[in-house]
Amino acid sequence: MLRRTLTAIGIIGALASPPPVAAQVRLNGAGATFPNIIYQTWILTYNQKFDNVEINYQSIGSGGGIRQFSDKTVDFGGTDAPMGDSAIAAIGGNALHIPTVLGAVVPTYNLAGVAQPIRFTPDVLADIFLGKITNWNDARIASSNPGVTLPKQDIIVVHRSDGSGTTYVWVDYLTKVSPEWAQRVGRGTSVNWPVGLGGRGNEGVTATVRQTPGAIGYVELGYALVNKMPAGVVRNKAGSWIAPSLESVTAAAAGAMDEMGPNTDFRVSITDSPGAAAFPISSFTWLLVRKEYSDAAKARELVKFIWWALTEGQAKAAPLGYAPLPKEMLAWIDARLKTITSGGRPVWRGPTATRS
Amino acid sequence: MTDTFPARMTTLPLEPVPAPQEQTTPSMEPRWRALRSVDRSDRVYRRVLTAFALALPFLILVILGVLFVNALPAVERFGPSFLWTSTWDPVAEVYGAAPMIFGTLASSFLALLIAVPLALGVAIFLTEFSPRWLRQPVAFLVELLAAIPSVVYGLWGVFVLIPFLRSYVVPPLKAVLGWTPFFQGPFYGNSLLAGGIILAIMIVPYIAAVSREVLLAVPTSQREAALAMGATRWEAVRSAVLPYGRAGLIGAIILGLGRALGETMAVTMLIGNRHDIGVSVLQPAYTMAAAIANEFSEATTNMYLSALFEVGLILFVVTVVVNAVARILIWRVARGAAVGSKAL
Repeated sequence: MLRRTLTAIGIIGALASPPPVAAQVRLNGAGATFPNIIYQTWILTYNQKFDNVEINYQSIGSGGGIRQFSDKTVDFGGTDAPMGDSAIAAIGGNALHIPTVLGAVVPTYNLAGVAQPIRFTPDVLADIFLGKITNWNDARIASSNPGVTLPKQDIIVVHRSDGSGTTYVWVDYLTKVSPEWAQRVGRGTSVNWPVGLGGRGNEGVTATVRQTPGAIGYVELGYALVNKMPAGVVRNKAGSWIAPSLESVTAAAAGAMDEMGPNTDFRVSITDSPGAAAFPISSFTWLLVRKEYSDAAKARELVKFIWWALTEGQAKAAPLGYAPLPKEMLAWIDARLKTITSGGRPVWRGPTATRS
Repeated sequence: MTDTFPARMTTLPLEPVPAPQEQTTPSMEPRWRALRSVDRSDRVYRRVLTAFALALPFLILVILGVLFVNALPAVERFGPSFLWTSTWDPVAEVYGAAPMIFGTLASSFLALLIAVPLALGVAIFLTEFSPRWLRQPVAFLVELLAAIPSVVYGLWGVFVLIPFLRSYVVPPLKAVLGWTPFFQGPFYGNSLLAGGIILAIMIVPYIAAVSREVLLAVPTSQREAALAMGATRWEAVRSAVLPYGRAGLIGAIILGLGRALGETMAVTMLIGNRHDIGVSVLQPAYTMAAAIANEFSEATTNMYLSALFEVGLILFVVTVVVNAVARILIWRVARGAAVGSKAL
């Protein structure tokens, strides 16, 4: 009996122990919830392809991601709002922001009997969220929506109650287009809202907007597309009316490249992008990586994974509701990845060198 | 007459009959001593149990300590004004918790206002008036309410309760009571009222279940005595049964209140999450638990995080104070005599 048990344990042990191949590298990451779906898809595909790496990403929120990245409890972080200068200085400047995909935030509303998308000018959006425009039949909304009969109905503003990168992108845009918003409210993952109800998560905002006649809120583009929610058309910096779509979001990043320049650290906001076809409320989401890693194997595998995600992985973005990065940006990111070192030596020499 | 006799009656019930095993004969003494003597395994066993028992109070102290240490930066920066200022501005890093403290207390007391009559009604019906065959099914179904996850309550609240309130409850309420400050302003759906009602539904099973046990424990002699004095069934309940069990009933209510104070998910989905103080129940509000759950994961700066920890500390203190007050209330009301006071 005892022998049989021991044999059984031995067999189980043999099955459980990893095959004696190349050392397993484990990479742990945590952070933003917005890109979670695409990150998990990338990780799953990548883990199947390269079984010497095991990657984990936990969607605990951008704030938690920055905190854990700064405390070095994870190997990489994810964030929708870039780290501030002081936060980077606090960890000795040992942080790089690598954009992975693009997202957008769209105004959504509940107006019975209005079929075509409502057009919003930037100042109308700001004044609605400042509580200065309070009725849908306001002359300023009507003037940009000729031919649409707007009901005489109170506007009920719905915003996110939880701190969120979505909120950051939204108020970052309002801060750029409205001096009054910049002065009274400002930008952050949660702010002191002048008016409105708070809904928890995209789903909370959606539910409240759908249940409340006359409501206006903001949600992520991917979420609005999947749930077939009415999405407002917004006038961009170039003066064109742009409906939110994955193409117009990628165009926003492309349009902002001139301003960024090749030496950018990518911590740039691309809201209110000057591109002619750019949807103005767009944003990068970033992976946070260190400039200097103590473990060279980890750093190498991490960079390989990131490069894979930014090249092959980009094809998976659009079906999941994320806008892919403009192709022209890859060379800039490549240059930035090459600056990652371990023990002072670069871990990545470019796509072809490590692909072998 | 029914108004005068009950209060004294509570002291009348029979003293407990001395338990038979207390009448030990001298011949059994050595056996008792043998049983009570402790050997080593007993001592080990006792120490282990003592350690388990002390672990929980220790855990409370650890929680309190962690909350306090993390809240310290906010406590130092904002001082006591944190308790009565209303600005919550993560951008300017100015924090005041008054709206959340108000919202927590207001939603919980609104919930009690609705839940207590309902739950006591259920308990009284089940113990005193219900036909026997109905008791178990109804009691089971009421207790089943406690098993529903709070996020499900939240969903139900968003998709059923709020539309129902908007169409059928709020218009007549505003028509009749619109002149009072409690029903002023437009009704958006998400509001103190919606949050309070969902909380009430969530705490009814707790209050009802404990109240039912308390009422079942009231000796039949109490009812019989009241009925014998010529009281009707209702008078017997009101004047003999309820006063006898009042300590237990208060305990049941406090149990519900404790749950209402800390409830997070369903409330945050319904209360509107707005940092505002207003007496109108139609306006959105905020609670401490909801704010922590909402904002913790994206609190990027240390001061923001610290302010949330201070909110947690306040919630902890409020809960402890409420429970302490309840305990004192029970002791004073019960004076050790009434049913249920020992169980609580």
